[in-house]
Amino acid sequence: MTTKYFGEPVRRREDARLVVGKGRYLDDIGADAYAAAFVRSPHAHARVVDVDVGPALDVEGLLAVYTYEDLTGPMAEPLPVLIPHPQLTHARTGYPLVKDVTRHVGEPIVMVVATDRYVAEDAAEKIAVTYEELPVVVGVDAAEAARVLVHDDVPGNIAARHHQETGDVEAALAASRHTLSFTQYVERSASMPMEGKGVHARWDDADSSLRVYSSTQASTSVRAAIAAKLQLSLEKVEVIAPDVGGGFGVKIVHPWPEELLVPMAARLLGHPVKWVEDRREHFVSSAHERQQRQEITVGYDDDGRITALDVLVWHDNGAYTPYGIIVPINTATQLLGPYDIPVYRAQVFSVYTNTVVVTPYRGAGRPQGCFAMERTMDRIAQERGLDRAEVRLRNLIQPDQFPYDWGLTFQDGRPLVYDSGNYPAMMAKLMALVDWAGFPARRAEAEARGRLLGIGMAPYVEGTGPGPYEGAHVQVLGSGKVLVSTGLTSQGQGHETVFAQLVASELGVPMEDVEVTTGDTRRFGYAVGTFASRAAVVSGNAVALAARGVREKALRIAADVLEVDASDLEIADGVVGVKGTPGATIPLRTVAVLSNPLRYAFDEAARQATQFAGTSDDSKPPVSPGDAPGLEHTDYYSPIRSTFASGAHAAVVEIDPATWEIEVVQYAVVHDCGTVVNPMIVEGQVHGGVAQGVGGALYERMAYDRDGQLLNASFMDFLMPYASEVPPVDIDHQSTPSPLNALGIKGAGEAGVIPGSAAIASAIEDAVGRRIAAMPISPSELYDLVRSPSAERVINSSPHETGAMA
Amino acid sequence: MKPAPFGYADPTSVAEALDVLAAEGDGAKVLAGGQSLIPLLSMRLAAPTALVDINRVAGLDRISASPDGVRVGALVRHAHLLASAEAAAVQPLLGRATANVAHPAIRNRGTTVGSIAHADPSGEMTAVLAVTDGSVTVARPDGSTTVGWRDLFVGPLETSLHGAAVVVDAFFPALAPRSGTAFAEIARRKGDYAVCGAAVVVTLDEDRRVAAARAAYLSVGAMPEVHDLTDAVGGKPVDSADWTAAGELARTLVDPDGDLHASADYRRLLVGALTARTLAEAAAEAERRTP
Ligand SMILES: Cc1cc2nc3c(=O)[nH]c(=O)nc-3n(C[C@H](O)[C@H](O)[C@H](O)COP(=O)(O)OP(=O)(O)OC[C@H]3O[C@@H](n4cnc5c(N)ncnc54)[C@H](O)[C@@H]3O)c2cc1C
Repeated sequence: MTTKYFGEPVRRREDARLVVGKGRYLDDIGADAYAAAFVRSPHAHARVVDVDVGPALDVEGLLAVYTYEDLTGPMAEPLPVLIPHPQLTHARTGYPLVKDVTRHVGEPIVMVVATDRYVAEDAAEKIAVTYEELPVVVGVDAAEAARVLVHDDVPGNIAARHHQETGDVEAALAASRHTLSFTQYVERSASMPMEGKGVHARWDDADSSLRVYSSTQASTSVRAAIAAKLQLSLEKVEVIAPDVGGGFGVKIVHPWPEELLVPMAARLLGHPVKWVEDRREHFVSSAHERQQRQEITVGYDDDGRITALDVLVWHDNGAYTPYGIIVPINTATQLLGPYDIPVYRAQVFSVYTNTVVVTPYRGAGRPQGCFAMERTMDRIAQERGLDRAEVRLRNLIQPDQFPYDWGLTFQDGRPLVYDSGNYPAMMAKLMALVDWAGFPARRAEAEARGRLLGIGMAPYVEGTGPGPYEGAHVQVLGSGKVLVSTGLTSQGQGHETVFAQLVASELGVPMEDVEVTTGDTRRFGYAVGTFASRAAVVSGNAVALAARGVREKALRIAADVLEVDASDLEIADGVVGVKGTPGATIPLRTVAVLSNPLRYAFDEAARQATQFAGTSDDSKPPVSPGDAPGLEHTDYYSPIRSTFASGAHAAVVEIDPATWEIEVVQYAVVHDCGTVVNPMIVEGQVHGGVAQGVGGALYERMAYDRDGQLLNASFMDFLMPYASEVPPVDIDHQSTPSPLNALGIKGAGEAGVIPGSAAIASAIEDAVGRRIAAMPISPSELYDLVRSPSAERVINSSPHETGAMA
Repeated sequence: MKPAPFGYADPTSVAEALDVLAAEGDGAKVLAGGQSLIPLLSMRLAAPTALVDINRVAGLDRISASPDGVRVGALVRHAHLLASAEAAAVQPLLGRATANVAHPAIRNRGTTVGSIAHADPSGEMTAVLAVTDGSVTVARPDGSTTVGWRDLFVGPLETSLHGAAVVVDAFFPALAPRSGTAFAEIARRKGDYAVCGAAVVVTLDEDRRVAAARAAYLSVGAMPEVHDLTDAVGGKPVDSADWTAAGELARTLVDPDGDLHASADYRRLLVGALTARTLAEAAAEAERRTP
């Protein structure tokens, strides 16, 4: 029997390479390349009056200086709006180099190319830019007030008014037995991959072609963008994502200015050029996420069942909208979570501010949505005097309600329909895992030690695996090696392992024989990219389909050779055999050789496929009509719509009332991503997500001052949790397969981060008895809150008091 | 984030280092572990004309513990001091504080003397030098002098050393008889610079009553300050001393600033809490060390 791979905790095969430093990241490529550095705006909003490059010209080793004036053709046009939307009425994007007005600190104004990065920075430092400073907009409140405009021609700073509803929410609220309204805030954080962005470009003059390496999540689309902007024919451009040290969303945005400017310079200079983003650049010129103000009104009955929900979101999209309004649409649609809400309205104002652009960061608007919904649940429970878990249970969508059609439109432009799930069972697992019912005793024990203990929970539903499609190519070589390629990229998730598991299972070959390549346009030209928890769902299904195609062809050829019916054959351990008949076998590698009829025997194996080897049937042409040489197959998977994963988290925090330090002492996760290909990888994704959730809840905040200066643009002051700040995570799985794809897979990449702030805010509120209406929260802020006379006091009912829990 | 051009010298003796420093003038900087200086260079927040790397100077990597105190050479890494049982036996604060300096990788490279020469009011060792009433030995072209901590620190990241000067060691006096110490700090993340920290020494009299209590704080003022808290607890037996009152007193003596990570009020709260906690701990140790 072939080893079982599908569903097994197979060890990540990429790790050996990556952890011993054998990865090949962008900066490992092209040591001889010229280096680019940028002069970036020190002002949040200013007119560029003059750029004097003169003083830089005598820096030895300087090769070229480019300003907006040097850009021609499409390069002189604004960068693309990647995801247009009819309600994004005032989309604005920057130019590769600032044309006349800079709208956030960090916008690139001048590109310098020199023999190395040191020299490039020396020259950049000498370039004198004269600015006329303009008034600045920071934060959603200032954007809404619109006393200052980020873009002169965008009234009210409003990029988009997004609006969706499932019924007459005002009437439903009026008819509700109870209502409550509140406002809350979520702050800015960012993807912050260990490796920043980076681009290496090499122009081949003889061939008039360009090879670009980019630390990107979307190499095929970067390729198309470069071809369009540099006016090259697509086949003259290849883009490769090498090993990428994390993306988390920021690298799905493209083309970044540098992805166009570096190739442009390589072509003009006839020499490879490289730019590797440094951390300071990353802070001020990549992307951030998460800032919103949420105004929520909810109607509910005596039992705490929601009768209507009305949400108004002010979403800070930063200075431009290169990625459209995907993030706030996610908030508006994913906010609903696992709850059956009869009437819902979401209105989003996506507004400009003089800050770094806001584009998806793992979770992409969903953590904010979860925060809105779950804080609502807590408030209903408190107002009704019910246990917080009980209120949630009463509002859940029941297993017999699937598919659950919301009558809304999701971020992929398709109907928001939950495909499958079992939310009551999921919640029951969570409450058992965290011992929800036993919490009062733990609280009492902590109190005796002089500590405040609090618990909070937050379930979520996440639309994953959106289209339009991914494809894959699987090919068996005469050596027996199986090559797999898919255009979607990897940033450390474990795609090499998971796709190899799928192929090994489908094809019946040892995993060691399978080699996976991702994100290389030379190998696979059609792809969308890695985002929205879609790799396993979309590429995974495409890879499985391609492997099945190869299997069918292999069986067909083997059936001819073995003179049996293909349906009597099986493949195990790389050998095709007749079921139940030992001995009648042919190795898959031989089938691969025979699949390609040859004239020339270039090696031993090839001999078997040559014209006098006696292996072909001379009554037929060597390649049958409709067939093709080679044991390979390309296939695509295009989902009808997204599939909906779910989960629930619970956090227990312990607070020292002498210092207000907050420690997450327990973190429990129940996770349902349908059929699991590799549980170890899924758990790893959950762990990483939880770490980022803890970061968003307790540590990370982009501290902009009123002038639009980012005060903490370094790892010294922008605090991401270390391993020492991330609690151990208890995980329980549930598997509700998706009916939408053959493998039953739902996405797992982003889930871990979604409920972090909601669950932790709830737990802190529970511990200190004061309303938490903004996240993240630091000990210093918690201290301010607990001694503020105006802080709202909050009392949660414990499970025992309501007697609601079994 | 690449440094601007600079000259580089790696002398093998203090005398040679001083020659280079004297020749270069004010633009030159001593390079020890580089854990503070190199980031400043990379961010172009500092652009010295030359670095005088003292890592090849022989004889500076020694810790010598005597009944009087602990002398820590300029090339002793934090990790070395942390592991030194001899140093801890003479002045227990050294190990206790060093354990809170950064992360292991940085402790392997960064030097204790470098951290004092850097004069960071958030540094553990500046506070320890102050509360133990320590000093440094400064080599200058015209000879060596001992500089007490009060004369050394003149402002945040600023010492009284100018021109050609190399700190060759730091001296931490021994813990006095019938005394105990404690160190505690609160950082946003493990290993970060403290939001607030306290290094304290409590001394008892022969009747096991509190004779003196003093504390130095981290991240609280522009430079290390030592506060005498004896008024709140003096003359009291250890188990009936009101350490909270000492914390209250400390809160009135400090004048912290607020920053991104903590408000001034929050720092003041921590001064109170950490003072009470560490004094009680130090007093308990003093009792154990009192015959
Ligand atoms: C991530 C990180 C976290 C850190 N956390 C902490 C922390 O929690 N607590 C803490 O105290 N420190 C912390 N540090 C700083 C670290 O302790 C440094 O090692 C120390 O501050 C400086 O020592 P150094 O040997 O690296 O000095 P260098 O960086 O080489 O020099 C620092 C300064 O001192 C001068 N100098 C050094 N040695 C001498 C000498 N012998 N004579 C004259 N001048 C000299 C240099 O010219 C320079 O101005 C941290 C550093 C990093 C990178």
